[in-house]
Amino acid sequence: MRLGPAEHHEIEMTVNGTPRSAPAPARRLLSDFLRHDLGLTGTHVGCEHGVCGCCTVLLDGEPVRSCLMFAVTAAGHSITTVEGLAGAGGALSPVQRAFQECHGLQCGFCTPGFLCTVTALLRDNPRPTDDEVLEGVSGNLCRCTGYQNIVKSVRRAAELLAEEPT
Amino acid sequence: MTTSLFGEPIERREDPRLLTGGGRFLDDLGRDALAAAFVRSPHAHARILDIDLSAAVDVEGLVAIYTWEDLPGGVGDPLPLLIPHPAMTHGRTGLPLARDVVRHVGEPIVMVVARDRYLAEDAAELIRVDYEPLPPVVGIENAAAAERLVHEDVPGNVGAHLVQEVGAAPAAIEAAPHVLEFRLDIERSASTPLEGRGVYARWDAADESLRVYSSTQTSTSVRMAVAARLGLPPGKVEVIAPDVGGGFGVKIVHPWPEEVLVPWAARLLDREIKWTEDRREHFVASAHERGQVQFVRVGFDDEGRLLGLDVRILHDHGAYTPYGIIVPIITSTQLLGPYKPGAYRVEFTSLYTNTVIVTPYRGAGRPQGVFCMERTMDRIARHLGRDRAQVRAANFIQPEEFPYDQGLTFQDGRPLIYDSGDYPEMLRKTLALIGWDSFAELREAARSRGRRIGIGLGCYVEGTGVGPYEGGHVEVDTAGRVHVSTGLTSQGQGHQTVFAQIVAAELGVPIEDVYVTTGDTRRFGYAVGTFASRAAVMSGNAVALAARKVRDKALRIAGDALEADPGDLQITDGTVHVKGDATAAIPLRTVAVLANPLRYAFDAEAQRATQFAAPADPAAPPVAPGDEPGLEGRDYYSPVRSTFAAGMHAAVVETDPDTAEIRILRYAVVHDCGRMINPRIVEGQIHGGVAQGIGGALYERMAYDPAGQLLNASFMDFLMPYATEIPRIETDHLETPSPLNPLGIKGAGEAGVIPVSAVLAAAIEDAEGIRVDAMPISPDDLFHLRLRAGTDPSLRL
Repeated sequence: MRLGPAEHHEIEMTVNGTPRSAPAPARRLLSDFLRHDLGLTGTHVGCEHGVCGCCTVLLDGEPVRSCLMFAVTAAGHSITTVEGLAGAGGALSPVQRAFQECHGLQCGFCTPGFLCTVTALLRDNPRPTDDEVLEGVSGNLCRCTGYQNIVKSVRRAAELLAEEPT
Repeated sequence: MTTSLFGEPIERREDPRLLTGGGRFLDDLGRDALAAAFVRSPHAHARILDIDLSAAVDVEGLVAIYTWEDLPGGVGDPLPLLIPHPAMTHGRTGLPLARDVVRHVGEPIVMVVARDRYLAEDAAELIRVDYEPLPPVVGIENAAAAERLVHEDVPGNVGAHLVQEVGAAPAAIEAAPHVLEFRLDIERSASTPLEGRGVYARWDAADESLRVYSSTQTSTSVRMAVAARLGLPPGKVEVIAPDVGGGFGVKIVHPWPEEVLVPWAARLLDREIKWTEDRREHFVASAHERGQVQFVRVGFDDEGRLLGLDVRILHDHGAYTPYGIIVPIITSTQLLGPYKPGAYRVEFTSLYTNTVIVTPYRGAGRPQGVFCMERTMDRIARHLGRDRAQVRAANFIQPEEFPYDQGLTFQDGRPLIYDSGDYPEMLRKTLALIGWDSFAELREAARSRGRRIGIGLGCYVEGTGVGPYEGGHVEVDTAGRVHVSTGLTSQGQGHQTVFAQIVAAELGVPIEDVYVTTGDTRRFGYAVGTFASRAAVMSGNAVALAARKVRDKALRIAGDALEADPGDLQITDGTVHVKGDATAAIPLRTVAVLANPLRYAFDAEAQRATQFAAPADPAAPPVAPGDEPGLEGRDYYSPVRSTFAAGMHAAVVETDPDTAEIRILRYAVVHDCGRMINPRIVEGQIHGGVAQGIGGALYERMAYDPAGQLLNASFMDFLMPYATEIPRIETDHLETPSPLNPLGIKGAGEAGVIPVSAVLAAAIEDAEGIRVDAMPISPDDLFHLRLRAGTDPSLRL
């Protein structure tokens, strides 16, 4: 049976720790599903071809481009978006705090993608070298900051994470 | 004391929202709105023979399809020529939807409205447009040769021609002991914000009013344009710039076709409609900049002092001229930089091509002008065998020569008079920061190890804060909150922070109590927009002046309440008190209550202002003649002319002898934007500008083929720099306050980008010993330049 664009699937996934579900066609991108079907507009879309990294979310903890994945593909998986990065009571995470402290954002459009990328980066490598920091953020475009303060934010986030009680 | 004052590098107040997904960008709004999509021309130049909609009409979820034929008068008229100029004899603008002829790939022809964007694009794909392709004009020299025309009624493809002259440059050059003549080329790049354009409109049929959200750099002017096009009173149109994901110039153009069509269709259909630009659309349907060819003739003396400079510029303005000739005007005037040119003649010809329109991109013609002047300085130094920095210093305007009149007319129609600066000191700082004097040894040491390194220097002056005006409104409410609004928009510059700093400092309140709104015509209807590094200068001064009015009024009212002379009062931390006596005090929130004589008490605090509560002069009206109720103030700042910021950059690069890769080893910036409101934000602006400059110098270009197809209209192929391409930027500052405005500030937004191509060209030239006359330069370009220089000695230094 051929499914036309109008055929909707009930797509279920865990988003920021909460089970979510919405009907959407098979061709709906994960980015559009999060933004328009679930109303989580913090994930941004900058190019729709996987280069800019604005739409980066964590799929089962790993950074992915949500514009390069269908929502149906992510069904049954666990997604973390920028809305899910802050701690209990909305306290900014160490990565978020570092970006504020170091002026690591200007217009804020690319920021959610950087925050998701850096959150995973520092989880896997809590004490990255300068080269590892650069490499770690080298898949995300920013047109405002010139990156200097983003790199600084990542280093600062590593410090803040190290100070966190374990 | 919690008051954060002017000049402190405080953290930004907009960040917590943006860091948690709480931003409100255009596509984050209107979740239930219908979506618009456009059929755009695949040809650079073609006649439209037929549009067949039949296959599209059955698409599920389709709501409407519009071609030019469907547009009523006003809506379907040519888009406005925003900045007319007497020299623009042949200005031409496009239609919101093309009628007979398309003149660039990407020009909109059909608008589709459907339930969502996927379905709108389904329908758009099924619309068949029959074209008769016409020969396109691509490239500046083809445009100048005019064997083909972009517009049948524009002879020679010339939209504008302008000459400005100070003294007799040709004669001065003829008489000069040394003369050089050469050509320079700069290719196209573009603003490329990560959020494209977008419009969301909703019509309130009962109220006959329209609300439009647009990702724009000017909400007030979009409002006037939409109201005019749709025949609505401006009072029935609200335009709001929500969070804007970068602008860099491209979003100052207005009204875009989509900004007219989406509100029009929303009203016609009585449905909410949204259009969000996708990345390909942004490449082919918004705007580019930079493309110029320059022919330079310069005469100078033995010290390298300019005696006469004659520059002819061919400027590519694309298919239409909605923004006029601001870019080449800026190139031709700001080319002079911090120098006294002797006699100067500049002539530009602004040409039509079958490519995307050209409108200001951060720097707005200055990068090209600075490239021209700085390449000229380097040529002179090489010719005379003198130090490049010394030749520049020999031509500087001196600190005691301000105000300095360059004798030209600037982009605001006002005389090009520099207000203040200290260029010799700035050069001293720059040379010290980069280690200029000891670099020759480093270069030779590197060379002996088979490495090629070079150093470059570039200086610029930037007219910032152009008029005509901006306004500010400050209101203290009865809870002590201070509401600040200004009409210009924000695209990431931190206005909610810096304007709050200014008002907190002027008023004497904690910054936590200050709330700033920008770009919302509901709050402030009169404004110009955010461009030309003007927001801090214009709205910064306007909100300061408005805050001073509020302060004066607060002191007057508090003086009555405390039975004190207002001159003996001051406001600290939100409380008015007698200087040196903390006990005689009244909070601003209470002053706000007293400022508004009430009949009805809405809460306990408000009872103080009711008729039987306060002792008042029974012979005087409760609101004195000339006074107004409320603790608020509004004021405007309108400068007589622009204020001139300046900067100098220096860089060290290394070029790979085999692969011709170009690596920036060091990048140093000394910058003077007068008094800094927030040094952290100024530095951020500089970093971002330099990164865009590096993109434009080494990576970014618009690759049009001869048929007018943009071959690299994606982020896969248009190479914007990642973190790995941008070096650490070393900065130092100089503060020469502007005497023109109350706060002494100058603009900083565009500064970083301006001299980068000039600086890197100079550094690469220095490393390679080969002339660099064209930018951008890729490893491939450098490789071929080396091959040519191998057989052509004139290319070698």
